[in-house]
Amino acid sequence: MTARLLFVFCLLSSALGPLNAREAAPTAADVAVERRMVAISEELRCLVCQNESLAGSQADLAKDLRREIREQIQAGRSDQEILDFMVGRYGDFVRYRPPLKGATLLLWFGPFLLLIAGLAGLLMFLRRRARRVAEATLSAEERKKAEELLGIGDRGNGP
Amino acid sequence: MNRFLLPLGIFIVLVAFLAIGLNLNPREVPSPLIGKPAPAFVLPQLHQPEARFAPKDLQGKVWLLNVWASWCVSCRQEHPILVELAKRNIVPIYGLNYKDPREDALRWLKQFGDPYVLSIADVEGRVGIDYGVYGVPETYLIDKAGVIRFKQIGPVTQDVLEKTILPLVKELQQ
Repeated sequence: MTARLLFVFCLLSSALGPLNAREAAPTAADVAVERRMVAISEELRCLVCQNESLAGSQADLAKDLRREIREQIQAGRSDQEILDFMVGRYGDFVRYRPPLKGATLLLWFGPFLLLIAGLAGLLMFLRRRARRVAEATLSAEERKKAEELLGIGDRGNGP
Repeated sequence: MNRFLLPLGIFIVLVAFLAIGLNLNPREVPSPLIGKPAPAFVLPQLHQPEARFAPKDLQGKVWLLNVWASWCVSCRQEHPILVELAKRNIVPIYGLNYKDPREDALRWLKQFGDPYVLSIADVEGRVGIDYGVYGVPETYLIDKAGVIRFKQIGPVTQDVLEKTILPLVKELQQ
């Protein structure tokens, strides 16, 4: 009984499955367009949820912008033209790899500046310490005292 | 004493940078459209879909373009301020109804008041893309030559209105 019900259920769900599918199967040309669209939108930030790329975001605006990119690809625009279109409207911030120019110099080279400053600081510290170690020679009296404490010089006190 | 001065200096600089960074609003991305001509479009009006509106109809006027939608929660927050502003007759406000079904938009205006000279229906959100809209509400101040002079991202507050928008309007109207 249960097995038969299950069978009917499976049959029904497999028959109804295609009816529930929302998106049409892409044709060959669409695959190429879709691939380019994804490649471009992975380079772009979704401004609604800023830590997501345009490719991954489910925000309404992201969907609209993907549609826009898709249409522009179909209209024969180049990748660069599409990126320029987005930057012209939303600014350099939409690009995950912002262009190198005056305003973004610090963004590109700031980390290296910090690294150099850190290395310089470390070098200075190490040099100063080396000098201090070199300076630390013992006078005859200090040496004698150290030997006493270590039990080397005076045999009488040794264990 | 002296050997603490350098680390302390670095610490203070770091704190200053972090303080500035934490007080910036990451949602406010400067628009590249400031100082550029407002993108052209022709769209049907919300109340009379047969009638069209284009920004060039307003050449020679200083005006506000307010992007709004009935589904937008912050729009309710700024709406009373816009309604008040409209009563003062200083600057005309035009509404860009963004991605909104017509009936919802009309009901919303009936419920909360209509400060707009007219609203334009951007059902597909294409004009919104041209204007770089990413967080409704947004408000653009457009000068007599049709150039965008200021953009408010998020709700217009009384403070922004009095301290930034209205002085700029006065300056541009001269």
